[in-house]
Amino acid sequence: MSSRLINWFKFSSPPAFYDLAGRMVPWFTVIAVVLIGVGLYMSFFVAPTDYKQGEGYRIIFVHVPAAWMSMFIYVIMALWSGIGLVFNTRLSAMMAQALAPTGAMFTFLALWTGAFWGKPMWGAWWVWDARLTSELILLFLYIGFIALQGAIDDKRRADRAGAILALVGVVNIPIIYYSVKWWNTLHQGASVSISKGSSMGEVMLITMLIMALGFWAYSIAVALMRVRSIILERDRDTTWVSQLPEMQVR
Amino acid sequence: MKARHKRFGFLLVGLAGLGLAAWLLLSALDSNLSYFFSPTEVAQNKAPRDHVYRLGGLVEGGSLQRGQELTVRFVVTDNANRVNVEYTGILPDLFQEGQGVIAQGRMGPNGIFVADEVLAKHDENYMPPEVAEALEKSHNKGVAEMQKL
Repeated sequence: MSSRLINWFKFSSPPAFYDLAGRMVPWFTVIAVVLIGVGLYMSFFVAPTDYKQGEGYRIIFVHVPAAWMSMFIYVIMALWSGIGLVFNTRLSAMMAQALAPTGAMFTFLALWTGAFWGKPMWGAWWVWDARLTSELILLFLYIGFIALQGAIDDKRRADRAGAILALVGVVNIPIIYYSVKWWNTLHQGASVSISKGSSMGEVMLITMLIMALGFWAYSIAVALMRVRSIILERDRDTTWVSQLPEMQVR
Repeated sequence: MKARHKRFGFLLVGLAGLGLAAWLLLSALDSNLSYFFSPTEVAQNKAPRDHVYRLGGLVEGGSLQRGQELTVRFVVTDNANRVNVEYTGILPDLFQEGQGVIAQGRMGPNGIFVADEVLAKHDENYMPPEVAEALEKSHNKGVAEMQKL
């Protein structure tokens, strides 16, 4: 019975995915540029002033989407790692490897914008409360993953070691998310949640969601670009790479 | 059973074990991961008596007194218990009566908490000033109607 319309397993082969990713990158790049452009314009000129924090709260439009992406990318990275371990697919590990730098960048961005927000509002750049500390651990997990993968020459072993680290680190994600609920923290609770809805003004919420979708498209575009480089690098000695049109120009 | 089923099984068991370990660890640490003590915890003697710790709660309305130079006194409350706080220094911009605050310091012998650092804690609500005004108006109206009854 072959009722499957698309044979998904076809794209688990690096040559097929290299081609698919190459066709997807421009679309996601355009979506990212448009959404982040609109989102930033709304952040500065459309979203209203906050009743308590004045203009300073506007950093939320970068801070919260970056923090969301930092956690979400980690979950996806762990998912790819798990798939790679179970099915022994080479491409899964390459996807995990391609996502890690973007995840680390968003984690850093969340911590950095958080510091700039914390100083004027709370009165401190940094405090060791549960939310901030667990997010810092997330940054170390990303850096550890990148370093461990890079440190092992045998790619298969590197992938497996990295995958195990990524999967172990996934316990940190619910800790970050629920830290503000489980313990007393200086960081406030979630403004947007699936169970309780949102406690933000409507325009503010829409602006933040547009930024989040923009970051999402950016992450996909960058990860696909990076995975293409990783595929080329790892398969550089194969015939299919040497036959690529972009390899013919010398 | 194929090899990949076995590997998937290992993965699930591994993640479950890891989750259990994390849960045990976190429940053992429990409130030790909290950033501050509430006035009720202080009243129950859960906060260290001769140690620096952080006290968190709301600044009670009408309790702020400015003393000499930069010294201020206020009451931190969680609507159940209250603690008197004394602090010398510059307060953060968001510091206000009725606002969340976290003070770090130690309990003095006279029952006044002497803080050497005060941080403002804000909540997760963001809205335009007009909405906040409208909310307060309807709140006041509701309170007035309750009092009439």
